[in-house]
Amino acid sequence: MQTTEVSNLKAPPSPQAAERDILSVEGLSLSFGGVKALQHVSFNVKEGSVTSVIGPNGAGKTSLFNSISGFYTPNEGNVNFLGKNVNKVAPPDRAEMGMARTFQNIALFKGMTVLDNIKLGRHAHLKTNLLEALCYFGPARRTEEALRKEVEERIIDFLEIDHIRNSSVASLSYGLQKRVELARALAMQPKILLLDEPVAGMNREETEDMARFILDVKEEWGVTVLMVEHDMGLVMDISDHVVCINFGQVITEGLPHDVQAHPDVISAYLGSGDVATLRKKFKAGR
Amino acid sequence: MRIGTAKENYIADEALFDTNVQRGWMIALIAALIALPFLSGQYAIYLVCLVLINIVSTTGLNILTGFTGLVSLGQAAFMGVGAYIVAIMEIHLGTPFLLNLIVAGFGAALVGIIVGLPSLRVKGLYLAIATIAASVILHFVFANWTSVTGGVSGLSMPPASFFGSELIQPDQVYWMIMPITVIMLFGAANLFRTRIGRAFIAIRDRDISAEVLGIRLLRYKLMSFAISSFYAGVAGGLWAYFFRVITPESFPLLMSIFFLAAIIVGGMGSILGGILGAVFMTMVPEVLKMMVGVLSPIWPDAVAVMSPVRIIVFGALIIFFLIFEPEGLAEIWRKIRRFFHLWPFKT
Repeated sequence: MQTTEVSNLKAPPSPQAAERDILSVEGLSLSFGGVKALQHVSFNVKEGSVTSVIGPNGAGKTSLFNSISGFYTPNEGNVNFLGKNVNKVAPPDRAEMGMARTFQNIALFKGMTVLDNIKLGRHAHLKTNLLEALCYFGPARRTEEALRKEVEERIIDFLEIDHIRNSSVASLSYGLQKRVELARALAMQPKILLLDEPVAGMNREETEDMARFILDVKEEWGVTVLMVEHDMGLVMDISDHVVCINFGQVITEGLPHDVQAHPDVISAYLGSGDVATLRKKFKAGR
Repeated sequence: MRIGTAKENYIADEALFDTNVQRGWMIALIAALIALPFLSGQYAIYLVCLVLINIVSTTGLNILTGFTGLVSLGQAAFMGVGAYIVAIMEIHLGTPFLLNLIVAGFGAALVGIIVGLPSLRVKGLYLAIATIAASVILHFVFANWTSVTGGVSGLSMPPASFFGSELIQPDQVYWMIMPITVIMLFGAANLFRTRIGRAFIAIRDRDISAEVLGIRLLRYKLMSFAISSFYAGVAGGLWAYFFRVITPESFPLLMSIFFLAAIIVGGMGSILGGILGAVFMTMVPEVLKMMVGVLSPIWPDAVAVMSPVRIIVFGALIIFFLIFEPEGLAEIWRKIRRFFHLWPFKT
C-alpha cells in the first residue's frame, strides 16, 4: 500500500501537475483576541494529490480551513489558489474559482431533497437569470435538464445514492448525509476539494466507502483533495502528503509514514508529559 | 413510492405537474375560474377577487419569508406603494392598466430593495422590526405628501379601461385580476425549479454554507426582497383597480400581519401553502359572517352577540390549525393526496 502511494506521488495523472502547487499557504497567522489559532502556517498542496492535515483537537485545523475558504480573514500571510493570491476574494468567488468544501458538522440544506442539494452545488456555474427562471420554458428548462442529466449520471451514480435522491436530507443517516455533502461539493466542479473530517462518526464500512470515493475523486475526476481527518488509518492509507499541526503551528510535513514516525507527532498525539512542557518545547524549538 | 408514474426522460421528471391526474385537476381549476363569472353573483365574484389579490401578495411574502427566511412586516406598505403608483398613473397619465401594474411592481420592488438593505446584517425578529419601521415611514409619506398622495383623504381614481370598455363591476375587474394572479403563481412556482429559487432556500436553511457554495448573500437577499415587493406592488395595483379609493389607512400594519398569518397557516415555503393560507384567511371570516346571518331570523340578536364570538372562533381556528398541523394547510393537503395515491389500499 505504501509503495503505491509513493509511486502515485512520483507519477501523478499528468506530468505537468506534479510541478504545480494548486494551493499554497504562506505564513498564515490568525488570532482571536489573545488566542493564537494559527501561527505562521505554511504548506503547499500539489495538483492531483491527496493532502491531509492532522493534529490533535484544538490544533487549529478547522481555523486553517476557514481561512482557506475565506470565512476568516487571516491577520498575516497569504493564501494562493491557482497561482493567484485570494486573500481579498470573497467565499462565493472562491467557489466560482473551483474551491469546494464540506463541513465538519454537516451543512446540508434541511428543507430540500437530496437532488436539490446536489443541484445547488452547481449554482455558481449556472447562468439562468430571473426572467428566464420565472418563465422556465426555453433556456432555464434546457439548463435544468442538462444539470439533472449530469447530476444523475455522473454524481449520483458515482456516489451510489440513487435510492435516496428524492428523500429529504433530514431523514438520512449520518453516513449518507456526509456522502450527499460530498456529492454537492462535486457538483461545484471543483479544482480542489476541502474535506473537513469526511469520516468522523462513521463505522468501518462507511469509512471504507468514503476512502474509495476520495481516491476515485482524485484519480477519475482529477480533483485535488485537501482534508482534515482524525482517522489515522484513513490518512495513512490514502494521503500523498501529510501536514501535522499543533498549537496552530506546523510541526512537520512529508510522506505519510515519515510523518507517522516523527517524534513530535507522536508526542503531540500521545503526549509527553503535560501540555505546559509541550508548549514550552514548541516555543523553544520553533 | 407512487406507482404508475414511470418517467422516460428528465424533463418529464422535472415537470411542475408530474401526473396526468394533477394535470387534469389543473385544467379543471382553470376551466372553473373561467366559468365562474357566468355562474355566480356579484358578491361571490367580489370575494373571489379579494382572495385572488390576497393570494398574489401572500405568495410574494412567502417567497421572502417562507422560502428565503427573511421575516417581513412591510408587505402591506409595499402594496400601498403599488396602489398609489397605479392610482397616480391612472389619474394623471391614463396609461393602459397593464403598464401601470408593471410600473407599480417595479416601484414597489425598488422600495423593497431599499428596505431589504439591512437584511445582510440583521435577521429574524430584528429584521421584522426594521421592516415595521419601513412601513411606518411609508405610511407617513402616504399621509403627508399631500400634493402627490392626496394626504389623509387619499385618492379616488377612474376605473381601468380595456379596449374602450370600463372595468367597474367585480365581474369585469375579475378578468384583469384572475389571469394576472394565475401568471404570477406560475412564475413563482417556476422560480423554485431553478438556481435562483434553490439559492433562496439555501439562504433560509444555512446562509453560511450557502456562501461557500457560491451564493452571493446580499444579491440574493435583495433579489428576494425585490421579487416579494414586486408581487406586493402588483397586488396593491390590483387592489387599487378593485376598490378605486386609496387612503393611507387602506394598508395598515395589521394587513402585513394578516399576510404573515396566511403563510404560517397555509405553509411556509410552499406555493400551495400561500394560496391555501390566503384563501383561509380571507374566506373563514366571511363564512363565519354568513353563518351568523343564517342564525339571525331565528335569533334576532345574533349579529350583536355573535360578532365578537366570530373573531374568537377565527382566532381559535388559526391556533387549532397551528397545533394540529404546524406545517400548515399545504401539509394537510399533501397527506390527503398521499392517502388517495394507493386508495383503497393503505399507503
